[in-house]
Amino acid sequence: MEPKEIAERIKESFPADVREIAFFAGQTSVTVGKDSIKDILRFLHDTPELYFDYLADLCGVDYLGKKEPRFEVVYNLYSIRHRHFIRIRAEVPAEDCSIESAVDIWAGANWHERECFDLFGITFKGHPDMRRILMPEDWEGHPLRKDYPLKSDLGSMEWRGYTELLKTVEKNSQYEVR
Amino acid sequence: MSSTILDGPAGLVEVEEGVKIIPGANAIITSLDKVVNWSRESSLWPMTFGLACCAIEMMTTGSSHYDLDRFGIIFRASPRQADCLIIAGTVTKKMAPVVRRVFDQMPEPRYVIAMGSCACSGNIYDTYSTVLGCDKFLPVDVYIPGCPPRPEAFMDGLVKLQEKIRGEHMKWGAWR
Repeated sequence: MEPKEIAERIKESFPADVREIAFFAGQTSVTVGKDSIKDILRFLHDTPELYFDYLADLCGVDYLGKKEPRFEVVYNLYSIRHRHFIRIRAEVPAEDCSIESAVDIWAGANWHERECFDLFGITFKGHPDMRRILMPEDWEGHPLRKDYPLKSDLGSMEWRGYTELLKTVEKNSQYEVR
Repeated sequence: MSSTILDGPAGLVEVEEGVKIIPGANAIITSLDKVVNWSRESSLWPMTFGLACCAIEMMTTGSSHYDLDRFGIIFRASPRQADCLIIAGTVTKKMAPVVRRVFDQMPEPRYVIAMGSCACSGNIYDTYSTVLGCDKFLPVDVYIPGCPPRPEAFMDGLVKLQEKIRGEHMKWGAWR
């Protein structure tokens, strides 16, 4: 099925939720609200003509100062049986930074959602194991947010584990034989 | 009989600066510094420890084409058997305590080589997760620039470390 037809099928089934259908460089993306994201994904997965059985990627975007709502969760879907793609972009506002988890539909979403949570601070409701995946567990903040410091020197925001290491090294340097 | 050899026309023969042999007596006269440093530089055993892409270059250098064994350099899989830590790759803040622990487990004398731009200075990764140079928490002996350094550059760094060890003084026993 052509991506355009798929986008129209989504609009037919969820007319209230589809905000925008965009075509660019041969790719089709459907921007939707986050409220019925799970129904939309379930529909894409379960409908026999669509049959999106493969979640190619799930990631977050921060549009701070560029547009509202601030965040987006992007689902890149592929159907191995029908060989067609579609991109779903779910808008997530900063005030209610959470979205339904897609782990029930694609088990592979598990680590992708954890990464999205770790780096953007978007919580996935219904996720079986909502922990950080890349950063240390006691890290504060979500580094891929656009208002996060860019340089290595985080000053007072520095991770405790690293400052403790530097302190220990400083303290033990007197015993070092050079 | 032995005195005739010592007093003979040959006498003590200096084969290298500070190393003399007694011809025919199968004996060498030299300083303990020389012997200790020679044995250390000739059996540099680095820790098998890679962090990023520099480790690929390190493995290449260890393989038969470049052959580190000819310098007496044999990678060891335990820090307790190693005396040289090669920081091959980007050090993240999350990894830094682990790297330090590996170093702390090594017996003295121990040496650290910062391999590649990341280990030297953090390279382009001036970001929230990266340590800007492993010398922030380790005493580095040799810095090897490059991204990654070619095996030739890496070997040059190891030879530089051997030179450094050769120049050490009284770094043995309880008197150091």
